[in-house]
Amino acid sequence: MIPPSFAYRAPASLKEALALIDESGDDAKFLAGGHSLLPMMKFRVSEPAVLIDLGGVPELQGIREAGDRIHIGPMSTENEIIGSALLQQKCPLLPEVARWIADPQVRNRGTIGGDVAHGDPANDHPAVMLALEADFVLRSSQGERVVPANEFYFGTYFTAMEANEVLAEIRVPVLGPGTGYAYKKLKRKTGDFAIAAACVLLTLDRGICKRIAITLTNVGPTPLRASAAEQALTGKAIDDAAVENAAQLAMQICDPAEDLRGDKEYKTHMAGEMVRRAIRQALERAKEAK
Amino acid sequence: MSEQQTVGFTVNGERHTVSVPTRELLVHTLRERLHLTGTHIGCDSSHCGACTVDLNGRSVKSCTVLTVQAQNAEVLTVEGLAGPDGLHPLQEGFREEHGLQCGFCTPGMLVRAYRFLQENPDPDEDQIRTGMAGNLCRCTGYQNIVKAIRYAAEKQTAGSV
Ligand SMILES: Cc1cc2nc3c(=O)[nH]c(=O)nc-3n(C[C@H](O)[C@H](O)[C@H](O)COP(=O)(O)OP(=O)(O)OC[C@H]3O[C@@H](n4cnc5c(N)ncnc54)[C@H](O)[C@@H]3O)c2cc1C
Ligand code: FES
Ligand code: FES
Repeated sequence: MIPPSFAYRAPASLKEALALIDESGDDAKFLAGGHSLLPMMKFRVSEPAVLIDLGGVPELQGIREAGDRIHIGPMSTENEIIGSALLQQKCPLLPEVARWIADPQVRNRGTIGGDVAHGDPANDHPAVMLALEADFVLRSSQGERVVPANEFYFGTYFTAMEANEVLAEIRVPVLGPGTGYAYKKLKRKTGDFAIAAACVLLTLDRGICKRIAITLTNVGPTPLRASAAEQALTGKAIDDAAVENAAQLAMQICDPAEDLRGDKEYKTHMAGEMVRRAIRQALERAKEAK
Repeated sequence: MSEQQTVGFTVNGERHTVSVPTRELLVHTLRERLHLTGTHIGCDSSHCGACTVDLNGRSVKSCTVLTVQAQNAEVLTVEGLAGPDGLHPLQEGFREEHGLQCGFCTPGMLVRAYRFLQENPDPDEDQIRTGMAGNLCRCTGYQNIVKAIRYAAEKQTAGSV
């Protein structure tokens, strides 16, 4: 399978990339790692007339600390996320998630920015970005705007990003020492997308859940935030009954697409189980950290 | 209208300049223009790893890399593994431990294992299985592939001290 023809541009700066997308019109697309886009082009699901390769744009690289935030260049590959000592220390959730994505070769090409920007509900980073309350910096030749991850996903392959915008930076919080985190993903085999996955972040105050985020992967047209489940746990001691209640509330918002991985009922139940496991692990980690 | 572009890169230490349609995949350039047919195409969809090559020191699936993305790159394919003294320890390991049957997956296995052992020269079985998780084999059941990689790791670490 060979993708359809396109004009290829390789800008050497962000300014040049943004000028190129303006002059190329609606049929142009940015190319990051190419591990979602090239397969879609092979299948003719996507047929851009112009590909603008972000591989040589230095402004989109690198991971650095900025006060209580970490600024992640969208062109960081999954393996760079896994290998980042800064993330391992300050936001270990992200390297943990990246290890669940695809396989070693794919992780050498696939970028966190592409994973986040693509709008595929099967991708793992988007739900994690919701739980982290990350901010996405979107840049065009007209200027810059910052969109919270929780306001970014509208539908499958449909996000707040305009065609002439680049995802220029991902900003995530430094996780405080008392923060428990977990990402639980059920998949059939290495390299498979999630049947269902859940992300949990929580902080405790003398055994009481002060704040919790619960988000879900691949059980709806976008990543989902289980707000009712979060509310049910906030301000409470998390015991078995509370975990079960949260799992049931999270299952109520699931609307997975049926495919080879299973039907709606199975996937919804698996999402519930991932929520239970993620809450328990996050709880343990929050307690250990004390 | 086919967009053409000139791409220069190094393959197994040898400099090449090719004129390719922008949509050409690296695996096709290697096989059909440079006649390096050791790199195989299995699934053509970035799952099986038969097309694995080393690109700037990292294992990648060349069925999902455009040749134009390899501008100025250093590429290593299975043809570049054996040295003047004969087989690479990995190739020897695959022979000694029966790490192949039909051999279709083997070039990808070898090139991936080559990079994996650079990253982790003395891996245990679990680490080998995780490191090789992007390569599928329909024949061997993997047991002997793991042994072959251990064979090479032992030979290489013994050689380097
Ligand atoms: C075998 C296989 C298994 C996989 N398994 C998983 C998995 O388990 N979990 C998972 O999450 N993913 C998985 N993936 C997807 C993989 O992680 C992709 O790499 C990722 O979804 C897209 O990142 P990319 O850098 O390859 O982006 P590309 O494919 O280059 O781009 C994807 C889309 O995002 C746009 N884009 C990319 N970067 C930017 C930017 N900075 N600004 C604006 N737009 C941008 C592109 O225009 C394109 O529309 C798998 C892929 C393969 C091939
Ligand atoms: S042919 Fe490239 S991964 Fe299978
Ligand atoms: S030896 Fe036949 S596919 Fe691996």
